[in-house]
Amino acid sequence: MHQTLAVARRELAGYFYSPVAYVVGALFLLASGLWFFYRIFIPGNEASLRPLFEAMAYIMVFATPLLTMRLVSDEIRSGTIETLMTSPVTDAAVVTGKFLGVMAFYLVLLAGTVVFLAIMAVYGQPDLGVAATGYLGMVLLGAAYLSVGLFASTLTPHQLVAAIVGTAILAIFAIMMQVLVANAGEPWNYLAAKLNAMTYFRDFSRGMFDTRGVVFFLTATGLFLFLSVKTLESRRWR
Amino acid sequence: MIEVENLTKWYGPVCAVDNISFRVEKGMIVGFLGPNGAGKSTTMKILTCYMPATSGRASVAGYDVLSDSMNVRRNIGYMPESVPLYPEMRVRELLMFRAALRDIPRRQRRSAVDRVAERCWLSRPEDMMRRRVGELSRGYRQRVGLAEVLLHNPPVLVLDEPTIGLDPAQIRAMRELIRDLGAEHTVILSSHILAQVEQTCNHLIIIASGRIAAAGAPAELRQRVVGPSRIIAELRGAEEATLVETIRALPGVRDVQPSTSDGWTRLAVGGDQQVDLRTEVSALAAARGWQLRELRREVGSLEDFFVQITYEQNVRWMERMTKSA
Ligand SMILES: Nc1ncnc2c1ncn2[C@@H]1O[C@H](COP(=O)(O)OP(=O)(O)OP(=O)(O)O)[C@@H](O)[C@H]1O
Ligand SMILES: [Mg+2]
Repeated sequence: MHQTLAVARRELAGYFYSPVAYVVGALFLLASGLWFFYRIFIPGNEASLRPLFEAMAYIMVFATPLLTMRLVSDEIRSGTIETLMTSPVTDAAVVTGKFLGVMAFYLVLLAGTVVFLAIMAVYGQPDLGVAATGYLGMVLLGAAYLSVGLFASTLTPHQLVAAIVGTAILAIFAIMMQVLVANAGEPWNYLAAKLNAMTYFRDFSRGMFDTRGVVFFLTATGLFLFLSVKTLESRRWR
Repeated sequence: MIEVENLTKWYGPVCAVDNISFRVEKGMIVGFLGPNGAGKSTTMKILTCYMPATSGRASVAGYDVLSDSMNVRRNIGYMPESVPLYPEMRVRELLMFRAALRDIPRRQRRSAVDRVAERCWLSRPEDMMRRRVGELSRGYRQRVGLAEVLLHNPPVLVLDEPTIGLDPAQIRAMRELIRDLGAEHTVILSSHILAQVEQTCNHLIIIASGRIAAAGAPAELRQRVVGPSRIIAELRGAEEATLVETIRALPGVRDVQPSTSDGWTRLAVGGDQQVDLRTEVSALAAARGWQLRELRREVGSLEDFFVQITYEQNVRWMERMTKSA
């Protein structure tokens, strides 16, 4: 437990040293800010946060792999993986620690978007129920996306490859499945709907608390963390 | 303390370690010596639980590296070859992190870090502990790497080429430090340079092409590898041919190679295995009235032996290549 937290703390601190994290954070806030001011924050519009949450969910497909890409890849490239894996720490503790570290940074980023909510509250009356489920949805979706990115990072010593693989996996679940839902034939479109991350997320962004969504995102998180532990373990056998 | 039995490691089609066995007793400083690609690092990675062997067994401090890996890791401090560190962290921060990973209780971490910093000469320039690791010179990074390894005071230290990339003064300091550490720890270190380990270690394992070529205390090894003895004598007072003939007639002499300049004849006399010809030669010179200005015995050095092994490894390697071609 100590060790998991030590790893998490180091990762979180690492983000504050890392120019990549600043750039990603800034771009994320800028993109969602632009979206907010040009599409949502328009006099006469209803004070709804729904479009903002959906835009952020799409941005995350590209942003989270950029945050997670260095988690394991960089340790493999620099060789620090060797000292890490010969310390008395289980591979599961390493993966959990790294996940918690990036999750903490993600929550900091998310907290930055509360500004939009505050601005809206000054000029109108946003639905605080929607805001609550929307942020819950963002946290759940973020956990799943970050675990996918972490998994991609255990596959390769190259950060760029990790980012591309992570984005590709996320694009399958967040974009390709949507396309299949709309275009595929009978059994396939139903299956695609079950695997479509945005189906579940939309409920949250509309102010609904959906247990199926909670199960979906938490299962995905668990699955990809498990796969990360397995690929990390398998490095030893190569 | 360390037991290795029939350890073998294949990297795909490459056999890096080929059925080696050895034992290391408590308190020994063992030098792992071998040319590039001999399998030193591979053996160390197996001992430290970084990766499993293809076959064979290894145990450290009584724990098996496969089945009891956590206990092995707790008892080992391992410094990998490239001394990998996190460049963006500050020295103290890095050491505190490693201390936490080593599960040192929070209250003791600071004192543990101060202790190793003192020991590895990191406390001297006031701001050293606040510097970023990425900005340190190679020698200082090496010290940080060694400090990391000592944090939890492990009974076994595994150091992969601890003196590589250091300047001569630092090499000497590092050697002395390792010798000091030998009082409380069992140490295995690797090197290509015989002269360095010869003075630090009390046991040498010479490894080539994944096999153990020779093992033993340095003195013992030296004894074993001393080839035919050879003496050098410089004489004056007779013709070169006469000198050669007279010396060759001595019992135990195999060959004599003369060279003459400025009236002095220099003879290189090869003798049988354990024969020392110096007494005979000087007695002969006195009896004949020759002048003798140099007389010494040359013994094969460990260095020669080591070079020979390296050479043989290359030959074997070439043979393998030509066979497979
Ligand atoms: N990860 C790897 N994959 C494939 N082959 C490897 C790997 N690591 C080492 N080898 C091979 O195994 C053999 C032994 O390598 P090892 O690193 O153990 O040698 P070494 O004695 O430490 O050499 P050096 O003195 O150069 O550090 C070499 O032929 C090397 O090419
Ligand atoms: Mg090596």
